[in-house]
Amino acid sequence: MNSRSIILEKLRTGNPVADKPLPEWNLISSAKNLVSGFKKAIEANKGEVFELSEFENWLKSQEFEQVLSISKHFNYPNSIQIPTDAHELAELNLAIIDGQFGTAENGAIWLDDKNLNLRALPFITEHLVIILSKKQLVATMHDAYKRIQDSNSGFGLFLAGPSKTADIEQSLVIGAHGAKSLRVVWCED
Amino acid sequence: MSHSEKASLFIQDAEKTQWHDETLWFVRKKRDLITKTIPEWEELRETASQIKDHVLDHLADYLEEFERNANKNGIQVHWAQNAEEHNRLVLDIIQSKQCQSIVKSKSILTEECHLNPFLEKNGVEVVDTDLGERIVQFLNQPPSHIVLPAIHLKKREISELFHEKLQTEKGNEDPYYLTQAARIHLREKFLNAKVAITGVNFAVAETGEFVVCTNEGNADMGVHLADVHIACMGIEKIIPRRKDLGVFMRILARSATGQPITNYSSHFRSPASGKEIHLILLDNGRSAQLKREKFRNSLKCIRCGACMNTCPIYRKSGGYSYDSTVPGPIGSILSPGTDLKKHSTLPFASTLCGSCSDVCPVKINIHEQLYEWRQEITKANPDRPKNLSMKLASGIFKSPLAYRISGTLMRKVIQALPNSILYHPLNSWGKQRDLPQVPKESFRDWYKNNRL
Amino acid sequence: MPEYKNIGLFIPCYIDQFYPQVGIASLELLEKLGCQVGFPLGQTCCGQPLANSGYERDTEGSSLHFIEQFQHFDYIVAPSGSCVLHIKEHFPASAKIHPSFPEIKDKIFELTEFLTDILKVAIQGKFPHRVGYHASCHGLRGLRLGASSELNIADFNKSKQLLSQLEGLDWVELDRKDECCGFGGTFAVSEEALSVQMGNDRLRDHTSHQVEIITGGDVSCLMHLEGIAKRQHEKLKFMHIAEILNQAIS
Ligand code: SF4
Repeated sequence: MNSRSIILEKLRTGNPVADKPLPEWNLISSAKNLVSGFKKAIEANKGEVFELSEFENWLKSQEFEQVLSISKHFNYPNSIQIPTDAHELAELNLAIIDGQFGTAENGAIWLDDKNLNLRALPFITEHLVIILSKKQLVATMHDAYKRIQDSNSGFGLFLAGPSKTADIEQSLVIGAHGAKSLRVVWCED
Repeated sequence: MSHSEKASLFIQDAEKTQWHDETLWFVRKKRDLITKTIPEWEELRETASQIKDHVLDHLADYLEEFERNANKNGIQVHWAQNAEEHNRLVLDIIQSKQCQSIVKSKSILTEECHLNPFLEKNGVEVVDTDLGERIVQFLNQPPSHIVLPAIHLKKREISELFHEKLQTEKGNEDPYYLTQAARIHLREKFLNAKVAITGVNFAVAETGEFVVCTNEGNADMGVHLADVHIACMGIEKIIPRRKDLGVFMRILARSATGQPITNYSSHFRSPASGKEIHLILLDNGRSAQLKREKFRNSLKCIRCGACMNTCPIYRKSGGYSYDSTVPGPIGSILSPGTDLKKHSTLPFASTLCGSCSDVCPVKINIHEQLYEWRQEITKANPDRPKNLSMKLASGIFKSPLAYRISGTLMRKVIQALPNSILYHPLNSWGKQRDLPQVPKESFRDWYKNNRL
Repeated sequence: MPEYKNIGLFIPCYIDQFYPQVGIASLELLEKLGCQVGFPLGQTCCGQPLANSGYERDTEGSSLHFIEQFQHFDYIVAPSGSCVLHIKEHFPASAKIHPSFPEIKDKIFELTEFLTDILKVAIQGKFPHRVGYHASCHGLRGLRLGASSELNIADFNKSKQLLSQLEGLDWVELDRKDECCGFGGTFAVSEEALSVQMGNDRLRDHTSHQVEIITGGDVSCLMHLEGIAKRQHEKLKFMHIAEILNQAIS
């Protein structure tokens, strides 16, 4: 017998099974204002939320060498090309991508392969911008998973803030290994 | 060394003990604050608990369903009965890729298997990429906490360590500065690793996907840059449906650190084109624990660490006092199942205060299981616990006090205790505590004189 | 007020021997509140120390004896949360199958819950002191005599409910309102260093809030805390909640 059958066999014999049913639940959220809830959550996670015009002004004031935008909602003329190998993104300063929807209770934004192109993108970039529509907000993670129940992307990610750590004496440091900042920018539609 | 001996050593550094206690209490308080913003919190705990209970009753079925779906998605699933087989599997994959250096994100399971020393012995360099884990790895120590691996260290110690290992400025203790030094150091490792190992927080039977949660983004930095991703998980990490993730993702980070969600929660369903995902399902004693009726639901644990943060014993004695891969309350009910003799003092390293059970997001009755393990340990290993009771009796009931006591009741109590307990020479009670004054008459005598 | 005629008072062994004043206060208090209380002279220890040390199986005799002693009362009341919890939950299987056990389990009460839930009395009295309350873990998380800080449930505390009715009593809010004191039975001696450290930290929470009297529902916790305080010549006073109520009402 191989390990697989041995383990399954062990699990199937001699267990004090009570046969408890799988629960169904109906946890309805009381969240009212999704936009302000989402904004508060992102800020608590140490990200920022911008209106489009604010973002454009900010971007003008920056001097990034490498910017990669694959957003369908925001046009950045000087974007570099998407490489075939993510290692070539090692020097990327800013990535601009679209988020599918956001979750008001915790700021989690759902991204999958079609938003990312290269899975490493939102991590390897120095700074990250996610373009998101105010209309694409849900209240809780229950709603979020309902929404992606039938999606079957090979990779999907709830991203809720910049890379952070508190491993040195519990003091919070933003910018551990991944993006040092997250800006969520509201777009129309 | 027993837990109490190690704890007494830890406590000797009073300042650090207080810092450790207060820092973890602060994490517990953050957890309290955020859970109290969720009106349905207790319902969430109950639901999570029921899902896990159900899974434990049908673990084999869900594992098969998971495997079927994962295979369909292009994930290669492996099974390991024990640590040795697990480590072998990992090494084989690494060697088949002619890989000499790998990156690994936080995985308590690989600690349990002692994977690092095994790989190193076989010529593979292992780089732990979680900042806290990298710190303890530099020191050749295991993590002292399952969520906060370096919580036992002060920034001065980390600064000295980084000065030596990463050539940071001597005396610079700024956490931001030290973190940036680690970022630069680990970037290079990420960019060069062909194989990346991660743990698994949840695996979904319905979809064949698995979820890995981090705040640093280190798991993703590793796996998306490598050609091969090896994910290691205990067989108990299965949940039935994708929608069940909604429940668990709401409780995990809130319980762990008081944040609403980890900043990265990655769902792996199939490898990117040209890449591989291997997933190892490990038993290593879990199927045996499942058969122990009183202890099986310890397998519901989602490794949030909340029971450690809340436990006054853990906070005041540090993770290493447990000498167990998973320290703290949950470790004290898991570890005796793997080595009863080695871990026989752990279930006694508790006052049975029950805070762990109330804080646990999947409602494991941890303190009740500690009580039950005590019953098992005195049966299996009569020497050590008797020693404990001896100290108890010698402390509270010890002579000369015991001799001064009259009254049938106390005599009966004392009669109920074995003589070896009564006449033990140690008196642990009185070292730092006074004994109560013995009153002139017992309540019973008073009652006889005043009411009869 | 309905009459409560047939109440059995269970006085745990260490209270009988070391803290008779707590037994006396409990008895007098119940009597003042109109109860007729009996104290079966044949009662012994509930067996908790042995069971918590891993010898539950050796408590069969004492458990059956307890049932015999108390089964004829309408209610059983004890000024000790941890003993009540032990009787409800940790009697050995052989005692739990005694025909009277289910009844015993339902009619045994810790003193404060008997006052708030069964007698439902209004307390009238004066106690002009600054009081810190130590929540015993077995009472709090075992018997649920209050809402533990871990849970997201409506706040309540049966002792506070009683004490706050006393004129002049100044209830002190602690930084950690329900952290364990480190007594823990066997733990107090098998883990002496930690136990004392925990007790010290609890005491500091009280003294930093200028507490005058520490009270609680479990003498064992108080004995531990008092033992440390005395050794350090702290000027704290310790009173079981029965003593405060009994003194205030007189
Ligand atoms: S036992 Fe519960 S509280 Fe402790 S780590 Fe596991 S899930 Fe978290």
